[in-house]
Amino acid sequence: MTGVAIVGVGMHAFGRTEGVSGMEQGVVATRRALADAGATWSDMQFAVGGSMEAGNADSIVSKLGLTGLQFTNVVNGCATGGTALATAANAILAGAYDVGLALGFDKHEPGAFRVDTKSAGLGEWYGTSGLALTTQFFGMKVNRYLHDHDMDQRILATIAAKAFRNGAQNPMAWRRKPLSEDEILASAMLSYPLTQYMFCSPGEGAAALVLCRAELAHRFTDRPVFLRSAVVRSRRYGSFEVLAPSLAIESAPGPTVETSRLAFEQAGIGPEDIDVAQVQDTEAGAELMHLAETGLCAHGEQERLIAEGATEIGGSLPVNTDGGCLANGEPIGASGLRQVYENVLQLRGDAGIRQVPGSPRAAFTHVYGAPGISGVTILTT
Amino acid sequence: MTDISIDDRVFVLDADGPCLLGSRCTDCGALTFPPQDGCARCTGTAMEPVRLARQGALWTWTLQGFPPKAPPFAGSLDPFVPFAVGYVELPGEIRVEARLTEPDPARLTIGMPMELVADPLTTDNEGNRVMTFAFAPAGQQ
Repeated sequence: MTGVAIVGVGMHAFGRTEGVSGMEQGVVATRRALADAGATWSDMQFAVGGSMEAGNADSIVSKLGLTGLQFTNVVNGCATGGTALATAANAILAGAYDVGLALGFDKHEPGAFRVDTKSAGLGEWYGTSGLALTTQFFGMKVNRYLHDHDMDQRILATIAAKAFRNGAQNPMAWRRKPLSEDEILASAMLSYPLTQYMFCSPGEGAAALVLCRAELAHRFTDRPVFLRSAVVRSRRYGSFEVLAPSLAIESAPGPTVETSRLAFEQAGIGPEDIDVAQVQDTEAGAELMHLAETGLCAHGEQERLIAEGATEIGGSLPVNTDGGCLANGEPIGASGLRQVYENVLQLRGDAGIRQVPGSPRAAFTHVYGAPGISGVTILTT
Repeated sequence: MTDISIDDRVFVLDADGPCLLGSRCTDCGALTFPPQDGCARCTGTAMEPVRLARQGALWTWTLQGFPPKAPPFAGSLDPFVPFAVGYVELPGEIRVEARLTEPDPARLTIGMPMELVADPLTTDNEGNRVMTFAFAPAGQQ
């Protein structure tokens, strides 16, 4: 994929914004993305948008203007934002449109996600018994991973501390107070081995991107960022996924592995070429495991990389430079586009005090969500 | 007070003990829990009912340390008692996700032998004790 450029990005701050609906936050993000591109809503030939719990994304046209554009709603769990982007990019690559918008917004109630077992294709017994909690999966997956790779729980606190440190440098982030590893380890044990401050919280926010056919990018900006690949895949038999009443003994890699491999193939570059990465960190263990599942490092190599500071903003492979889900919270519809927003800032050199040094040229995003889907994008200057 | 299963399509209280119900693909041999009419492994549609083994080994686990939202949770919230959840590998069959009766992280180890038990969850409007399934450390019951 060489034919799609991102020419405008916009966000509404993540966190809690009393009195402002998720959709209104979507309007703010859209107008900021349009302003960034020097474009107007009337210039948008189509839009793809997603929200899990803040209304039908296409209802936003009544607030932005009734221009008659095609508006497609997408919902794909934590991969909703990635799916919105992939769908929009494909519309441009197919030649259907030249210019359009990818949008995600959400607003969730406080506390762990309330899972609708019927929508998830699960029996009612699963929820009544107390098994319908995504948090349990994250605890169980990382507990097994630490066991298999002989790692200590403390590495999870190291990862979380980095997230809050980076979040403190991001004006759009929710959690902007650095926390020490000891504070993180001493917080309430929610889902062993994961404590409260190792988890992100469902929250609110919005992010939007203006996309166009690459050869038209100069009409909007002199600093376009190119979308080299945007891939979404679901799970295969034998992988270990969230909300699974059973697992096959015959094991297979999760969808992140295949999605990442395809995204690198399409982009024509490899993990060694990536200068900055945003990976799904629903909790600290997710960052640990996804670093290897994406191919950015080998399984078991994370301890050394993290100890060396490689994943810090000044390191050789900066990860979750905006604080990730841990510091930003997770408004499901917007989360994947928040990652792309951050990478666009980093590639343009617009990330301010959290700018990755050395003019990064290639950037990676990864989302993972229920019931076992993954979305990856690769951007280059 | 009568003990009833939370869902007898998934879990039954037999005279000789509790039992989980699954299905087996007659084409490729893959098992599912709960039963379903299609095979997740080979996409076939020739499934037959099976009763799953009651003994297995703890494959992974976590603690449910905070009260789940109700609904959907139907267990006690006043007071909420933290419980453990794990996957138990039934040898040669499948790994089943279930509540664990042992809530103390210090007494849970990956690989430890476990056995299926019926676990009281709540009481229904007719006064029946609604039983869900759980795994207990083997030999404790």
